Amino acid sequence: MSNDQNRVTSPKDFKEGMHVRRQIFSWIATIFFALLSAIIMFPVFSGLLASFRPGRELIRKGLSLTIDFDSMTLDNYKYLFSGNADSLKYWMWFKNSLVLTILSVVLTLIVCYFVSYGITMYDFKLKNILYFLVIATMMVPFEILLLPLYKEVIALHLIDSIAGVILPGICGASTIFFFHQYMTSLPKELLDAGRIDGANEYYISVKIMMPIVKPAFSAMAILSAMGAWNNMLWPLMVFRSADKFTLTIGLNTLLTPYGNNYDMLIAGSMLAILPIFIIFLIFQKYIIDGMTAGAVKG
Amino acid sequence: MKVKKFLFSQKTAPYIFALPFIISFLVFWVYPLISAFVMSFQDIGAITVDWVGFKNYGKLLKDKVFHTAMINSFEYMVFTCALLIPFPMLYAVLMDGNLVKAKGVWKALLYLPALTSVVISGTLFRLMFSEYKTGQMNVLMAMLGLPAIKWLKTKWTSEIALLLLCCWRWTGVNTLYFMSGLKSIDKSLYESADIDGATGWQKFKFITIPLIKPTTIYVLTISIYAGLAMFLESFMLWAGNDSPKNIGLTIVGYLYKRGIQKDDMGYACTVGVVLLLIALVINFIQLWLNGSFKKEER
Repeated sequence: MSNDQNRVTSPKDFKEGMHVRRQIFSWIATIFFALLSAIIMFPVFSGLLASFRPGRELIRKGLSLTIDFDSMTLDNYKYLFSGNADSLKYWMWFKNSLVLTILSVVLTLIVCYFVSYGITMYDFKLKNILYFLVIATMMVPFEILLLPLYKEVIALHLIDSIAGVILPGICGASTIFFFHQYMTSLPKELLDAGRIDGANEYYISVKIMMPIVKPAFSAMAILSAMGAWNNMLWPLMVFRSADKFTLTIGLNTLLTPYGNNYDMLIAGSMLAILPIFIIFLIFQKYIIDGMTAGAVKG
Repeated sequence: MKVKKFLFSQKTAPYIFALPFIISFLVFWVYPLISAFVMSFQDIGAITVDWVGFKNYGKLLKDKVFHTAMINSFEYMVFTCALLIPFPMLYAVLMDGNLVKAKGVWKALLYLPALTSVVISGTLFRLMFSEYKTGQMNVLMAMLGLPAIKWLKTKWTSEIALLLLCCWRWTGVNTLYFMSGLKSIDKSLYESADIDGATGWQKFKFITIPLIKPTTIYVLTISIYAGLAMFLESFMLWAGNDSPKNIGLTIVGYLYKRGIQKDDMGYACTVGVVLLLIALVINFIQLWLNGSFKKEER
């Protein structure tokens, strides 16, 4: 208490002093994040600049940050849209990625929703065991199963097919876990109300519960779309014929030691980020919600 | 009619809902996991399969390349945990509240790298860390008056490149995890601490750190697994699985090399089993440190 007299003359000054200090601190923090963001943006930005330069220059000079409008050209992008063999190849990868992403998101969400509806909304003997097994599958890194799974997929004749890529991951533990986290807080009386009205169990799960769980669907859809669009290791092993390659695998094939494909590689890479970035900007809020569920209680 | 009644009863429904998970669990998890163990005791040729007992394990113990891969993966894991927990936590604390201006923008920009696939980010970083004088990192070195470095040819410089790539991709994601964890902290705790005259540091140490622990544990878990199972980052940074003196080889990289590139599935599965054992030990230690064995309810 005695200190106060030395420090401030009146409560009003004190308040103003705090306010100024806070303002300064606020600007320092903001500038810090602006700088951090600038550093983070640096690789993407230089990639973007490089996509407007001939690929030969990229190999010779590396990524360079000088903006020289004279040497900049749209040729790389024109090439991608030119309709020649290379560009058709690129758009085929793009299409394959789209198909794979949409199929795997839709199938994974539907399957995971019903599984987790069953585990969450009913009290039955296996409930806790099943929940434990879901968690257990999260505890084992997928890479350990890589080779046996690869052999299995060959044995099941699923190799080189979309089914071979999607099926092993269709019951994604983290997706089931997320739906579970979302649904445990919901009242089970809703189900009973439906039962009294004479609805059967499956009708209730679709017509009553699904609309309530819609926000969880949006969050999970975006997170799994991002995962599927950028997935590389497993598709790389399953797909063999070039006409089935996705963007990640296709772009990887351009990485020859001679570096003669860099025109297409960099411009193609930049275009590949675009769809998922747009989705991110639109659905940013849901992504954060989606991540929250896993982190808070987990 | 009887069958229909049985299928639609409240007792049967949860099992039908959970059926896809049970099938997928058995077919795509239990079976490959068991076959990984079985294969690790086999010598798998093109046609023949021979039981060799513990020969693969004995060979692995003496395998210098595997030791290198183990050391690389562990180093990478430790450093990523050391970098990807404190800094994102700090960023999240700064962004929580209304201190930072325009924080939505910084949040989105920090997250952007997570949207790029590893093919794209790895390629961008390989070009940035090129050994030529014109590579950006060497331009930076020149600006600091230092000689150009062959980044990806020596152990520690390449470790820096790998860690920067990893931090670049995951800082934003982990920051979001921590931000969502902070949201669940009761703000009145800070207010009462203010009344008691607590400093910012005291509030951070005695309120934020203990209450954000579940998030920290979650982030730590995913960082440990991602670190141990890292493969594609190194695969893309060196444009293939071969790096000088194996400085970029990881456990999963070695598994891939042996199993897919050298077609020695048995030996590769031995590598996988060892990785599994490491993961289980880490899990166990973590659950123990967490006190999960002491109390059942969280």
